Amino acid sequence: MGKVVIPIGPQHPALKEPENFVITLDGEKVVAAAVNLGYNHRGIEKACEQRTYLQDIYLIERICGICSHAHSTAFIQAAEEIAEVEIPRRAAFIRTLIGELERIHSHFLWLGVAGHEVGFDTLFMYSWRDRELVLDLVAKLTGNRVNYGINTLGGVRRDISPEEAAEIRKVIGALEERTKYYLGIASEETTLISRFLNVGRLSKEDALRLGATGPVARAADIKRDVRKDDPYAAYGEIPFDVITDTHADVLGRTLVRVKELMECYKIIRYILDNMPEGLISVRFPRRVPEGEAFSRYEAPRGEDVHYVKSNGMDKPERVKVRAPTMANAASVAHMLSGGYLADVPIVIAAIDPCFSCTDRTIRVRDIFRGSDSVLDWPALRDYSIRWYRENGLDFSGIKLFGREIG
Amino acid sequence: MKTGKMLPLALKGLFTKPATISYPYQKVVVPSDFRGKLVFDPSKCVGCMLCVRDCPSGAIEIIKVGEKKYKAVVHLDKCIYCGQCCDSCVRQALRTSPEFELAVYDRKDLTVDI
Repeated sequence: MGKVVIPIGPQHPALKEPENFVITLDGEKVVAAAVNLGYNHRGIEKACEQRTYLQDIYLIERICGICSHAHSTAFIQAAEEIAEVEIPRRAAFIRTLIGELERIHSHFLWLGVAGHEVGFDTLFMYSWRDRELVLDLVAKLTGNRVNYGINTLGGVRRDISPEEAAEIRKVIGALEERTKYYLGIASEETTLISRFLNVGRLSKEDALRLGATGPVARAADIKRDVRKDDPYAAYGEIPFDVITDTHADVLGRTLVRVKELMECYKIIRYILDNMPEGLISVRFPRRVPEGEAFSRYEAPRGEDVHYVKSNGMDKPERVKVRAPTMANAASVAHMLSGGYLADVPIVIAAIDPCFSCTDRTIRVRDIFRGSDSVLDWPALRDYSIRWYRENGLDFSGIKLFGREIG
Repeated sequence: MKTGKMLPLALKGLFTKPATISYPYQKVVVPSDFRGKLVFDPSKCVGCMLCVRDCPSGAIEIIKVGEKKYKAVVHLDKCIYCGQCCDSCVRQALRTSPEFELAVYDRKDLTVDI
């Protein structure tokens, strides 16, 4: 029998978001896989250029519903670097605290999704039930379950009161018990281990070559974590371990994430014990001086990178977002090939994909000539004017801001 | 290694109450400082328009109705419930309320005077 090429997605029951995977099969075995990104492009980067820095925070926060704090912190860090504003220590601690609470809910979410993808819906139900604890806590601290809006330019918007700190300790204690239970499931439950072991293998060399990041890289025994390598917020003074694993497969990624939860509790307890007194925000100028900055953040899914360029106005000239799923997309294609068709959903899910975070670019493709070409701004403008003229719309003679557009 | 490690928990689940809340029959209690529908205090507003300038989605309008008298109109369909207007307000004329059940049948009803 010859090779069969099947498309998975953009609409497929195994995928939570629209994305296309082209799988070449030889029987049940995947011989080649290609990832086609680009179904979720929302033009957020361009929209950022038309809004002020303050408004951009809320837009950037909505890049992702799960790691919203990661994106907004990365953006704000870049803006604060350009404006040379140093945030108070208490603000840095609160940002770190919310970041870790977000990591907890993201990892619980992933554990449920991973269980669901392999038909272990009991795990899905119970881990999502426990996730509610941290979501309710975050709602109490920030005013919303997702899109917390705790960050502002120059600090944070809400303080943590002693009563809230006590509440956090209580919830963390309950979650720690649950996490120990899930660690037991991940390392002892035979059905789960047999399903995850040697599925979606990514060796250390391949992970380095393909630029894997976050838990995917750490599961391949690469000790890489922005919180340790390039500390931001309050991570420089908080003791914690970078969790790595040598399994280099889906089981390794599961163990890394569950063990990371235990580190989260350690970090949160340290923050609550050592929370400095003082202001929670400082003044931030409306107009950010000229300059550019590059900011890194360890999101639950891996390294999140933001680039901001300022031209001295109140709106940024350029905002570039590189979400962690983008870095892991190349590894997915590699991990899929050599495996079985039935493993495709869990291998994709194992990187904890967030495709709407990822889709930042569009590819211009000439479908008539079949070639990929990149059009610069004037060429794209000429092309659109020509296209409209050919289709019966003529803009010549119409003036916009005193300039002819046709 | 053990098979069916989650089985005791799952069986116990058969005899416990559901973890979910049977909304809307049972009301959901949200924290008191939850970022829900905006509340406006016209006696405090000075018409500086800082809220209008900072709103990320252009959801709020401040309209002058008389000498030093203003009213606020909010487009609930545009509002993203970030609460930035309340932070921007220098006189604390705006604040968020825990009211979150804002669904209506007609889109026109989403533009409200607060």
